[in-house]
Amino acid sequence: MTAADLSFIKHEADNLFRRKRLAGFGLPAVLLLYLAYVFVAFDLQSLAQRANLDNAVTLVSDSWSHKVHVTRDNRTGQIDYSVEGERKGRYTEGQRPDWVTGDEITTIDLGDGYVVRYLPENSTEIEIPGFQLIQVQAEGRKLTSNLPETLPNWISASDRRIGITTPEGRITLTGARTEVFNYFPGWELFWFTLDSPYYGQSLGTILFGERLDPARSNIVGAFSDWWNNAMWRHKDVAWAIGETILMAFLGTMGAAIVALPLSFLAAKRFSPIMLLRASTRRLFDFVRGVDALIWTVVLARAFGPGPLTGALAILITDTGTFGKIFSEALENVDQKQIDGVASTGAKPLQRYRFGVIPQVVPVLLAQILYFLESNTRSATIIGTITGGGIGLMLTQAIQTQKDWEEVAYYIVLIICMVMFMDWLSGKLRTKLIGRKE
Amino acid sequence: MTNTTMGMTLSGVNAIQSSYLAQVQRRRLYGGLALLIFVVLMVSGFNIADDRNAGGFWEGLHQIGDYPADVLSEAWEKRADMPALILRYFPALVETINIAAVSTLIGAIGGLFLSLLGTRGLAKWPRLIPVFRRISDIMRAVPEIVIALVLIFVLGGGPVPAMIAIAIHTAGALGKMFSEVAENTDLKPVEGLASTGATWLQRMLLGVLPQVAPNYISYALLRFEINIRASAILGFVGAGGLGYELRNAMAWGPGRFDEAGAIFILLFGTIVFFDQLSSRYRNRLIEGQNQ
Repeated sequence: MTAADLSFIKHEADNLFRRKRLAGFGLPAVLLLYLAYVFVAFDLQSLAQRANLDNAVTLVSDSWSHKVHVTRDNRTGQIDYSVEGERKGRYTEGQRPDWVTGDEITTIDLGDGYVVRYLPENSTEIEIPGFQLIQVQAEGRKLTSNLPETLPNWISASDRRIGITTPEGRITLTGARTEVFNYFPGWELFWFTLDSPYYGQSLGTILFGERLDPARSNIVGAFSDWWNNAMWRHKDVAWAIGETILMAFLGTMGAAIVALPLSFLAAKRFSPIMLLRASTRRLFDFVRGVDALIWTVVLARAFGPGPLTGALAILITDTGTFGKIFSEALENVDQKQIDGVASTGAKPLQRYRFGVIPQVVPVLLAQILYFLESNTRSATIIGTITGGGIGLMLTQAIQTQKDWEEVAYYIVLIICMVMFMDWLSGKLRTKLIGRKE
Repeated sequence: MTNTTMGMTLSGVNAIQSSYLAQVQRRRLYGGLALLIFVVLMVSGFNIADDRNAGGFWEGLHQIGDYPADVLSEAWEKRADMPALILRYFPALVETINIAAVSTLIGAIGGLFLSLLGTRGLAKWPRLIPVFRRISDIMRAVPEIVIALVLIFVLGGGPVPAMIAIAIHTAGALGKMFSEVAENTDLKPVEGLASTGATWLQRMLLGVLPQVAPNYISYALLRFEINIRASAILGFVGAGGLGYELRNAMAWGPGRFDEAGAIFILLFGTIVFFDQLSSRYRNRLIEGQNQ
């Protein structure tokens, strides 16, 4: 080896190192530059102003707690008690929570020494530990109170509206009505609404106790009251989850059924005609490229909103994907097995049945089951667009912006549903094609 | 003597044959039953879905072509405006692609850490492996739309909620795929590095990453394809980008179908383009590995 060779090699090595160093620093630099560009493009610097942290606080606190409204209509003097202020959660006539007492003077004990008293003639007294006794009188649309000039930041007051936020609950007063919100942890009325005889009964009483509703046996009645709970709508939720899984199931299986014969046309070994092969492949590429979003939009025009539209959108998109995967699997089939079957005198159809299918079935099944799980997630998303299933219920609950406990409930259910489908498809996979390796 | 052996073998063969036939019959029965159950499930499922749909399947079937035909014919009538429209929606397209790219990038980094921390032999804290696996399972299970809708409520509309939502899902999904690759890594370089006193980060960076990089990049590219679709769909529920424009254009109805048409074309072209690009690059990565 001459000195010239050596210096050439050295030169080459230097170049290599320089290139590597450039890549080592250049790549992160490009990424950083890109992120900086996105930072500007997404307008992240003003995100802090746009973000509504109050919304976040309501969301988090509402998702695990509920409030009971005690509302006095100042015109009629009538006092209503309802959970979350909803008609469905209203206490029946003559019933009220046990932290409210008194007839002439209604005393609302919020706990920890916080007490609100609804006095006759539309006046209200609020006792707050470490603060003066607040007295408010409503007259017509005006409020007069004994609040001092300088107020702590948990009280907001004008002559039309007074709002007081305490750690034990919230009080708002206007000329027309006086409202107290008492907060409790947990999802109220999850099992039974207030009009059900089973409300507030322990599990033991329902299972083994006296008959609470003379017309029905306890277990049947309790189940039907829970199932038809107007507040949480367990029946509708169950149907919605069923619809979402149905969309995923119909879409995935339908796509597999459509794609299997077509994939033979697209595989080189089974389809000698070039034109047919190429056009089938282009068809697969086309339906895949159009994407579930556009299919959903197009199909919703023809079939209207509902689970069928979602199922068909999944079916069409996945036909393309399956077609591609299946035809690739068919191309990689081992010829020896087909020859073996052919040597016994099998006809072409039998050759496919016993020579090809057993080889590709594990691949196909694995893909189908994987897509079944992933399509459950897609079906949730498509449901929000086409209007079906749990996705729609979630969107509606979020759009009303008040039932955050229901939103939390749906989210938990969706996650459980997807994990269940994941588990199920894994289980079926090991059952049908055995464990990997 | 010979006769008795013959007789025994013959009866043995007969026994084997009959038991084989019985087995075949049983398998056929089970197969047939499974097929029957499957068909019943499909048919009844289809009927339920058909019942709960606003429009029926058979009534709607012949209308499938109507909407695309309307859009296409109107787009064709106004084909002179098409380039201008495509140019107008190009920034929205860029936003959609940006959402997908950034969320893939962030998700891939998250997935990288989740996979390394959740793989036996590589984890920094072996006791916490199940924890990291569960984390990545849960992140994978949450559909993007759930996080996106909640974040839109808190952060307002725009690309950021979609980006975060897709990134979280991507991290979970890639975490699983990455860790399947990481399980097959050769641990010798890691041990060699450990013997020189390398820290965990150095061992991963110099010992593991060079082995897994082609597969990781290939999976990340596949995810990028998926995320472009996801980011278009999330736009439809208010997260900005092309999906958002599509919803607005569709709300206009007839007369403005050319806008919807332009968006369809852009979306279709983008998806096909990135599919081709990434599949070409992925093939190259995998070929390079096999050499």
